[in-house]
Amino acid sequence: MSVHPTSPEFKSNAHGALHSPSLQKAMGNVEKGFIEKRRIAAEALPEFEALRDSARDIKNHTLAHLDLYLEAFEKRVLEAGGHVHWAADAAEANAIILDICQKAGARTVTKGKSMISEEIGLNAHLEANGIKPIETDLGEYIIQLRGEAPSHIIAPAIHVNKEEVEADFRRVHTHLDAKRDLTAPTSLLAEARGELRARFLAADVGITGANFLVAETGTSIIVTNEGNGDLTQILPKTHVVVASIEKITPTLNDVAQILRVLGRSATGQEMSVYTTLSTGPKRAGDLDGPENYHVVLLDNGRSAMLGTEFEDMLRCIRCGACMNHCPVYHAIGGHAYGWVYPGPMGAVLTPSLIGVDQGGHLPNASTFCGRCESVCPMRIPLPKMMRHWREREFERHLTARTTRWALRAWAFAATHPKLYGLGTRIATRALSFLGRKKGRFTSLPLAGGWTTWRDMPAPEGSTFRTEWKKRGRK
Amino acid sequence: MSSRDAILARVRRSIGSSGADLTRRATVIDRLTRRPKSVIPARGQLPPDERTALFCAKAEAVFASVKRVQSATEVPEAVVSYLRSNNLPQAVRMGADGRLSALPWNTQRQLIVAVGPSAGDDLVCVSYADAGVAETGTAILTSGPHNPTTLNFLPDHHLIVVHAGTIAGDYETVWAQLRDRFGVGVLPRTVNMITGPSRSADIEQTLLLGAHGPRSLHLIVVG
Ligand code: SF4
Repeated sequence: MSVHPTSPEFKSNAHGALHSPSLQKAMGNVEKGFIEKRRIAAEALPEFEALRDSARDIKNHTLAHLDLYLEAFEKRVLEAGGHVHWAADAAEANAIILDICQKAGARTVTKGKSMISEEIGLNAHLEANGIKPIETDLGEYIIQLRGEAPSHIIAPAIHVNKEEVEADFRRVHTHLDAKRDLTAPTSLLAEARGELRARFLAADVGITGANFLVAETGTSIIVTNEGNGDLTQILPKTHVVVASIEKITPTLNDVAQILRVLGRSATGQEMSVYTTLSTGPKRAGDLDGPENYHVVLLDNGRSAMLGTEFEDMLRCIRCGACMNHCPVYHAIGGHAYGWVYPGPMGAVLTPSLIGVDQGGHLPNASTFCGRCESVCPMRIPLPKMMRHWREREFERHLTARTTRWALRAWAFAATHPKLYGLGTRIATRALSFLGRKKGRFTSLPLAGGWTTWRDMPAPEGSTFRTEWKKRGRK
Repeated sequence: MSSRDAILARVRRSIGSSGADLTRRATVIDRLTRRPKSVIPARGQLPPDERTALFCAKAEAVFASVKRVQSATEVPEAVVSYLRSNNLPQAVRMGADGRLSALPWNTQRQLIVAVGPSAGDDLVCVSYADAGVAETGTAILTSGPHNPTTLNFLPDHHLIVVHAGTIAGDYETVWAQLRDRFGVGVLPRTVNMITGPSRSADIEQTLLLGAHGPRSLHLIVVG
């Protein structure tokens, strides 16, 4: 699934995306669906900006004391009768979860939506070992049928059109009447509900992620709208939570602060439908609920981000607002980013987690318009961190040779003002002469990447420095 | 070294702490015991009547239906009339919760009341909320021997009785009540915060009600 990143092929991925009419149609739903709703919800709460500050401060405090809150969380889980497992990387997390499933004699496992499970490639690992994972979130179910990775962190099937869902359901649900009417989205939803109901009741293990792990009480919290995560964690005998270490939040009061910005930023909801707190296995006398409760704490590169210029990224609560507001994401969709996390947050996180040699192209996928940072509920300085990656990439000589050569030539000229002045005057006059008819270029040598998608305006005929000097004299 | 110790050691190295650092430990213990509240939205900080009205309005805004009754004795009648107006059979399932079993169900002759967890074949289940939260119209339910969680997710219609006196302005007030009831640092297996009926927007960002959880959420607010 998402184990082999295609991030190194970012450019050709993006090119393909721009040429896909069905994707371009589907991506129109991002703007329609999210931006206005978030704005209305944020404006309806006078304390919204103060809550963003509060949420940021809580996470900063938590990260500065992460070791201690992890220990406090572990202690509470054990007291409540649960188990805690620590996984340094994806392979270890997969091995731990497989072991739990095998000990439970599991044949099928249901899954709530979890980006961490995508990050570690859990489904492929379970399948390779004879256990059938069933995604139960509608969007995840659709992309599992299609054999695809999610293209958005909260709307995983946003790249899929309704007609494609219908075709997938007809292809897979062959036991149903071939003549049934599936034109209305409600009938697609009803069909998925019916298909998955039996799976929920039959599953041996339920695996969920977590939006929060609460140190105060040893609780894992999921925030969902469909109710699939809840059916996943209450019906099977064993509930496994897989979450990365930065999900720790000190207290329930701290959770309440972040909850107030999460739903509003993600979908424009003041509160998602189901916010569920799970603590340990079922208690003496309980008539339902899981008998076993496991939490798998995953590091997978987070501890190495602490204390670096990328630490701020660990505040991310995976709301998706940054990609919903990103012009680059709107244009190319999530799959072009080539790994699990798309959009601005993915452009920062992917090189951190899988290496700059794999994800180094992604921080270039930005116009630096700053919208992502302006809407990020956790006030993560995403453009600044993308710039850090560009600098690092340059230092590591991973940038294309033409870019490096051009930047060096510019650096040389810029430190030799006379030469710089001469060069820019010649270039400006030449471009001005060549583009004098239309005032713009529809193609330029060496700049095809720019002119394929927009015209390059022709210069007016003199340089900024010349104009500046003229004005100085007046 | 175990992965646990290796991860904690890496975290400490990145933070630049030995782990024995007493100030950091004191800071953490202080936060876990003091539990600062920070920003509480003003919108829920209202006198009781207005708080209840806000709770109802917020719940309706997310497509829950609301019925207000004067006293708990009117609840069985409200349940029956909900079933009737939705063309549902006169049958419900609920937990053995004393707050529910104390109600005069025998006044509703045709109504069949089953007790216990749901196995997935109930159309309608009834629960009793521990609290409501006015700021978002959220009902809070806790699991226990008399309150199986399956009742909240498996039926098509979920009816929740909310006592107006338990409606708080904000989540933090409810957390404090849970600490008083279960002890500091202790929670029952499941605490559900439910805000409207189940929904999905996963098909072309079109909002559809009734995904995997209840298609309808009906709140009966007492008092
Ligand atoms: S970076 Fe910010 S806006 Fe983007 S997903 Fe994370 S929290 Fe949300």
